[in-house]
Amino acid sequence: MAMLSIRNVTKRFGGLVANDNISFDVEQGALFAVIGPNGAGKTTLFNMISGFFAPTSGSVHFDGADITGRPQYQVSEGGLVRTYQLVQLFKDLTVAQNVMAGFHRVTRGGVASALFRPGWMRAQEKHIADKTGELLDFVGLGGRGDMLADKLPYGQQRLLEVARALAAEPKLLLLDEPAAGLNVQETAALADVIERVNQRGVTVLLVEHDMGLVMRVAQRIAVIDFGRKIAEGAPAEIKTHPDVLAAYLGGTEAA
Amino acid sequence: MTSRATTFTRRVATTAAPVALVLVVLLLALNSNGYVVTIVGFAAIYGIFCTGLNFFMGYTGQASFGQNAFAALGGYGTAILTATYYWDPVAAFFVSMIFAGIVAAIIGYPTLKLRGHYLAMATFALGLITYEISIEWIDLTQGYMGYSGIPPLGVFGFELATEKQQLVALALLLLLGVWISTRLRDSRFGRALRSIAGSEPAAQALGVNVARYKLAAFVIAAMYASAAGSLFAHFVGFISPEVFGAAMVIQSFTMLFLGGIGTTWGPVIGALIVSMLPEVLRGMHLKELQDVAYCIILVSILIFAPKGIFALIGEGVAAITRRRATETAPSAAAAQAAG
Repeated sequence: MAMLSIRNVTKRFGGLVANDNISFDVEQGALFAVIGPNGAGKTTLFNMISGFFAPTSGSVHFDGADITGRPQYQVSEGGLVRTYQLVQLFKDLTVAQNVMAGFHRVTRGGVASALFRPGWMRAQEKHIADKTGELLDFVGLGGRGDMLADKLPYGQQRLLEVARALAAEPKLLLLDEPAAGLNVQETAALADVIERVNQRGVTVLLVEHDMGLVMRVAQRIAVIDFGRKIAEGAPAEIKTHPDVLAAYLGGTEAA
Repeated sequence: MTSRATTFTRRVATTAAPVALVLVVLLLALNSNGYVVTIVGFAAIYGIFCTGLNFFMGYTGQASFGQNAFAALGGYGTAILTATYYWDPVAAFFVSMIFAGIVAAIIGYPTLKLRGHYLAMATFALGLITYEISIEWIDLTQGYMGYSGIPPLGVFGFELATEKQQLVALALLLLLGVWISTRLRDSRFGRALRSIAGSEPAAQALGVNVARYKLAAFVIAAMYASAAGSLFAHFVGFISPEVFGAAMVIQSFTMLFLGGIGTTWGPVIGALIVSMLPEVLRGMHLKELQDVAYCIILVSILIFAPKGIFALIGEGVAAITRRRATETAPSAAAAQAAG
């Protein structure tokens, strides 16, 4: 069964149809990308999947459950974890503390256990600290744990955001334009991390503008233009699809 | 990454040194006259109040201009229960505190949906309403006249008759309050609060129930405020609406920002300094210029140490440990500096 299933999703803002009857499936373990020109409705789609707002009609199923219109923290609790187009780090915390905060979903404990620190709580804290080191090494930020997150270069802030999302042990990781604002080297480092994340068994849904990145990492691609899905397939098919070429290169609109 | 020596230095700076400072001030006060005891007592009470406020404004990054309302609930709760109904001070203390927590939960549930300036205005209104009630509901609060005849703090029938005995109790409660604050900050709970301060969307994306954690921080802050109000009532033996007026909000903000908002000991250090500053200036025969000097010091600290005094000390310690690390392992540190 598909990990994520989008069924006939439509979103209207007043008279504007931002997403028009979009459907696709992301299989478990896949690395799926959604691409499209500026203003095509990618971010709208992304926001509906992550629970930021509800679709006007249609449904979103994740991991066997209908999550249409559920609040975002519940969607995340279920294992669908997203990153943001504009980096949303906890700037006043260190790099390591940012990742530690990411473990919220997969740990437990409230006020009482924080005060009295029973054995399981201390073990959990130790586990978190160890895993944080591992994750920072994984994205190539090993040795930077004590730095303030704010002081990292932009490309590394992106990687930190990925590490923090991985701390939540997502079943599906949603990446919203992760290459935005990155230079070529930084994008290459990011592509490498995304591929290795997927190899760890995490299903990835990538919404991206950078064609180089998408063609390199994605196994399957859906193309959106003017709010509608115009194509879906493997990267090689998408590259030669006439509607996609028309949408990206201008050309005459296919009727 | 973090050597044992560095951890030790950090622990001295962040725990041992502030505890020692509190104890030294306490000892000095115990060997001084009644006036100094009063000033230090007020500092301790404000320290408790600000430590609570720090949960909501520091760790969680929200604004509340109405925390005085909960101090009033604690103060009047204790006054009414002990002076009129002859309750045991400890029972009155906890009942007021729980009551303040429940009120905070009921008011916070709808109010905390607001953000930024709107939340600030709503909480400010809360303080004003409480102030009006404490003036108008004369049967309950005795209005402008104030509530007198509140007994001193006592524990299980043993009354802390002298001011100095009470001061010791206040200092111990302050240390307990900071201990709780430190423990909660460095935990899953504290990380959830601080992630809200950092970025609400990101906190939500990581599965943090933002509304619930904000409410928890608000309730904790209200309970600290109530405790501070109760302690004030016992310490002075008299309360009136002015005690819990808007001036309390301004005073506590000054303490919080001066000492270091979001830090563990900042609120206490701020409370100590702001309480003592007028007396120090008076001692320097700057009495006429007291307010001016006071403001100059405040403004310069806010410009040159915007994260407050405690953060400034922390940065100093970090610089020293870094230098020490450079001396012992020059190549590693150089690599880190270059990276």
